[in-house]
Amino acid sequence: MKSTIQDLEKTASQIRRDIVRMVHACQSGHPGGSLGCTDFFTALYFEAMNHDPKFNMDGIGEDLFFLSNGHISPVFYSTLAHAGYFDKAELATFRKLGTRLQGHPTTHEHLPGVRIASGSLGQGLSVAIGAALAKKLNGDKSLVYTLHGDGELQEGQIWEAAMFAPHNKVDNLISTIDVNGQQIDGPTNLVLSLGDLHAKWVAFGWDVLEMKGNDMAEVVKTLELAKSRTGQGKPIMILMHTEMGYGVDFMVGTHKWHGTAPNDEQLKSALAQLEETLGDY
Amino acid sequence: MKKYTYTDKKDTRSGFGAGLLEAGRKNDQVVALCADLIGSLKMNDFIKEFPERFVQVGIAEANMMCIAAGMTIGGKIPFTGTFANFSTGRVYDQIRQSIAYSNKNVKVCASHAGLTLGEDGATHQILEDIGLMKMLPGMTVINPCDYNQTKAATIAIAEHEGPVYLRFGRPVVPIFTDADQKFEIGKAWMVNEGADVSIFATGHLVWEAILAGEKLAEEGIDAEIINIHTIKPLDAEAILKSVAKTGCVVTAEEHNRLGGLGDSIAQLLAVNNPTPQEFVAVNDSFGESGTPEQLMTKYGLDAAHIVLAVKKVIERKNKNA
Repeated sequence: MKSTIQDLEKTASQIRRDIVRMVHACQSGHPGGSLGCTDFFTALYFEAMNHDPKFNMDGIGEDLFFLSNGHISPVFYSTLAHAGYFDKAELATFRKLGTRLQGHPTTHEHLPGVRIASGSLGQGLSVAIGAALAKKLNGDKSLVYTLHGDGELQEGQIWEAAMFAPHNKVDNLISTIDVNGQQIDGPTNLVLSLGDLHAKWVAFGWDVLEMKGNDMAEVVKTLELAKSRTGQGKPIMILMHTEMGYGVDFMVGTHKWHGTAPNDEQLKSALAQLEETLGDY
Repeated sequence: MKKYTYTDKKDTRSGFGAGLLEAGRKNDQVVALCADLIGSLKMNDFIKEFPERFVQVGIAEANMMCIAAGMTIGGKIPFTGTFANFSTGRVYDQIRQSIAYSNKNVKVCASHAGLTLGEDGATHQILEDIGLMKMLPGMTVINPCDYNQTKAATIAIAEHEGPVYLRFGRPVVPIFTDADQKFEIGKAWMVNEGADVSIFATGHLVWEAILAGEKLAEEGIDAEIINIHTIKPLDAEAILKSVAKTGCVVTAEEHNRLGGLGDSIAQLLAVNNPTPQEFVAVNDSFGESGTPEQLMTKYGLDAAHIVLAVKKVIERKNKNA
């Protein structure tokens, strides 16, 4: 391992502080899903992936990551900053006029670490498949990772991609779904039930793993397991069970913090629960 | 009127197929994707020579557009192929977010555009695609006029960095441009120099404009005919130069009059040199089943309608004088 679980947890704590502060500073953005996926991002960028913060769009010889549910940009941006893609002071510009840290990630402002615009849901799996196909054509053995929301699975294009990848043996792809059971209008099982996700992805021909997404040791271990199962003819899907808003008691487990910013008092309460480990931006 | 004759007729989509093969031979980064329409898009020769560089996506155009976007990451130059309707309207958001806004080097290649798709009817006859594509910032929009020009354009866009929409068609039409032409994106082609009216035509309507020009010459009207194969970026210099000379304009295209070439030229002229203009285009309606010839006549897109439009616009010019 590159770092200990304890180190990764410290990094995650700082990223969670950044998320809450960023969203508070511009009074907009999506804290809930960002907090729920922080352990995953930390494990991915500080342990699992082989990547170079001296960013190059083509990423030849590097593992690539695509964020399909672009609204959780705060966790993406903070992770990229701590991984060295850009100065963490720039996190203060999130969602403000002229920023490279747009509300949803984009290549348009040339922010290092972002390879595709996302926000309109359901497109990232197809994009990642394309990048994975290019890697195969280039004889590049490195991997492609994605993250999706569970609500995002209601988009039809996801299932076009789900059908394509096993048929074409895209086995250099590790996708993850943030199964938090929440979406803007309420719990997914009330808005539009996703049914038996494990059975669905198996039926489409994916190698399916599950993990608890707010347990750093388990996330690290599962990503390692997923890597060991690449190159065997099947794309890999990890169903990651998280709690939306994890780490901040009043935000946990409810869709109400999907896209709401905390006020001054709530910020204070949230930061009191999240240790400053690497220095605030 | 300069003489244009032809000895051969072919569909512009075959020009795309031939151009794709040549682009593939010139650059091994060129890859092709298709959504279950290989034969219609004339991709067979490319697939035969470069099977590993072809992706069959199935009937899933949204997936195809985003896979193409992803393949640019790693240096590939993807050409997507399906009908114009499924290349634009069906996948507008995918092109908007993952290709145009993300500035990916994808070539969206669209066959069976417009009314000349014929008997399949309005569900497949898109007449709004030029408008949809030209509204996307950074998108280049090209609508060549015959087999040779389509082939040359296909080769040229492989060498151009950035997203492109290339529009061509189904029917067999005269080949009247040079086989060895160098296609310059954004550079209008002077078909015939004239003094009385500027006819700006694109796609299948260029040949109709030539036929109209011959008819007008017989009646003593000297038409300047310019082929605007690139609708975006528009060759403003060539258009303004011509209009300064002729003082009136007819635009001709196989597209809705809303959002097409005529719109682009009207906007250019409104700002720089307000000029009487007539539009040979579909008048804000859907198409229907029929042969291509029947449809082009019924919807007013043939040489006879260009002649009428020219006479009308010259009359307007003379009234203003």
